Amino acid sequence: MTDIASAATIGATIDSRPIVRRRKKRITGRSVAVLVFLTICALFFCVPLYVVLTTSLKTMDEIRQGQIFALPQTWTLEAWRFAWFEACSGINCNGLRVGFWNSVLILVPSLMLSVALSIVTGYALALWDVRWAGTFLFLMFMCAFVPFQIIMYPLIAMTRSIGVYGTIWGVAVVHAVLAMPVLVLIFRNYYKDIPQEIMSAAIMDSGSFWRIFGEIILPMSGNILIVVVILQLTSIWNDYLIGVTFGGFNTQPMTVNLANMVTVSTGTASYNVDMAAALLTAIPPLLIYFLVGKFFVAGITAGAIKG
Amino acid sequence: MPRVSFERIHKTYGAVSILKNLDLSIDHGDFLVLLGPSGCGKTTLLNMLAGLTDVTDGRILIGDRDVTDLDPKDRGLAMVFQSYALYPTKTVRGNLRFGLASARLPAPEMDRRVAWAAKLLQIEPLLDRKPAQLSGGQRQRVAIGRALVKHAEVLLFDEPLSNLDAKLRTEMRLEIKRLHEELNPTVVYVTHDQIEAMTMATRIAVMNGGVIQQFGTPDEIYERPANLFVAGFIGSPAMNLKKARIAKRDGLVTGRFGNGQEIVLTDYGFARAPQDGAEIIVGLRPEYFGPPDAPVNGAAAVFDLPVAHTERTGSDATGYLRFDDGLLSLRVEPGQAARLAGGQKVRVAFPPGKANLFDAATGGRL
Repeated sequence: MTDIASAATIGATIDSRPIVRRRKKRITGRSVAVLVFLTICALFFCVPLYVVLTTSLKTMDEIRQGQIFALPQTWTLEAWRFAWFEACSGINCNGLRVGFWNSVLILVPSLMLSVALSIVTGYALALWDVRWAGTFLFLMFMCAFVPFQIIMYPLIAMTRSIGVYGTIWGVAVVHAVLAMPVLVLIFRNYYKDIPQEIMSAAIMDSGSFWRIFGEIILPMSGNILIVVVILQLTSIWNDYLIGVTFGGFNTQPMTVNLANMVTVSTGTASYNVDMAAALLTAIPPLLIYFLVGKFFVAGITAGAIKG
Repeated sequence: MPRVSFERIHKTYGAVSILKNLDLSIDHGDFLVLLGPSGCGKTTLLNMLAGLTDVTDGRILIGDRDVTDLDPKDRGLAMVFQSYALYPTKTVRGNLRFGLASARLPAPEMDRRVAWAAKLLQIEPLLDRKPAQLSGGQRQRVAIGRALVKHAEVLLFDEPLSNLDAKLRTEMRLEIKRLHEELNPTVVYVTHDQIEAMTMATRIAVMNGGVIQQFGTPDEIYERPANLFVAGFIGSPAMNLKKARIAKRDGLVTGRFGNGQEIVLTDYGFARAPQDGAEIIVGLRPEYFGPPDAPVNGAAAVFDLPVAHTERTGSDATGYLRFDDGLLSLRVEPGQAARLAGGQKVRVAFPPGKANLFDAATGGRL
């Protein structure tokens, strides 16, 4: 009552002020439904993660008791150490670290090659007068739907003929080629938003394809580069099939290493080591998401022209 | 030797013809304004000169060089765009330097030119800012500076003032005019704003439907429009265009309007002697009418007409009188406009030698 009365007197002097304010409702049917849904989603991911994490910190004796939801009685990092330094993958018993460094060695050239190829192609298709650009884009888009398994054998033959099959470069080239359709589309759509007049000005000022790219366009690409690098980094790190097919014997990535370890180990299955190995393999992409996830979201939502 | 010339230019997009057999040439130091309504082909013509649009047929010459197939950067041009088109990630200095660095100028020369342009345009304090930190007027100055530092033979402007507010537009108009007088470059300037054209141009090309309707000095265009389109397009309030019929008697030539009113046309400089009874259109500029109800001496026409309404536009006012089945507009003093009541009959006079006559069938000037 007093609220309404005082609001009314204020309303008499300042007309623009609303006289009766709507009260905020704290709990509605809708917010309850959303909360329940989100909780179920969170549990869906968190429960298995909890099991993996606790199991990796238990000893095998404890695991054999079969209480998978219980916390470890004695906390130990032994399984993690074993997975990293001693676990066997095939006949190599040097642990996951071999695969880890292979993965890093594969990641760097694959990432650079795929991003470099697609950013320049996207730039050319979006901002330069390329003949048959539309047709080219359409074909490329169609390629995105061709399953990898279908072209696997021809790709093996092709990489062998240029002499990169079974090396890190073989994996990098295949990653770059397979990622191109999607990445080119992403870059091209991003660059389409750059006003034509900026390109016209640059063409009149310089006219050089590479100079305009390096000095004008690339500095405007920060947002989308972060998005693409994160996407590509995760997909290369998590890849199994390309690594196992093209990687050769000594250059197999961490995922292959992990799979060998889990599936072909002799004797009893050491679940704690398997879980630790799985977590070790998953850490790098997780870390990237935690560190630059903020930029990822900003990059997806922001356009080319800011301010 | 003309500075810039277009020879028999054609431009088609698919089946649509944008420009048809266009010829135009301007001299060194000219300020050419391409003026016309939206879609008349003026921006296309400018882009073809800049090299941003291909020419379907014809030649473009700058000096004695045929530039029709040259790359934009090799044409010796600089351009100011409507949206300014500054490079967003570069500072003002970087924007000014980009074109010079691309031309591989030595660093001291670049610095000298940037300093010169910054001083000329009073943007010295802004040199280390990014375009996002500048206001619209400042961005426009930087865009002009970016064009000036290149010391280009020909400067192109594509509606550079249309994104500014009215006050800034007037300021920048004077600024561009001052720069043209100081540096005397050849300028090609595209606009749909006739005030910009009238105030800045030394030559105006009025375009419509891909054809140049008239090419001349601002005075020629205003006083002697070549056809009905130019007559109606130039001038605000627009020229009164009224249908009439030529009547000849006793060596006197008059135009008789539909409502029986007459205007004496004996002293009009007819290109060809008019035929009795020929249908014409008489164009009367609103500002040449004498003040309403003033004593009449030696006028070409005197009308007694009822007032429809009046309109005040700041320093001026326009009166609208009922004439035939339409309205006749005339400029009046704001003080007098207030006294003109609707329905009241006033007497207005039009002086001799100021009327424009057009053929009613072809629209061409008589």
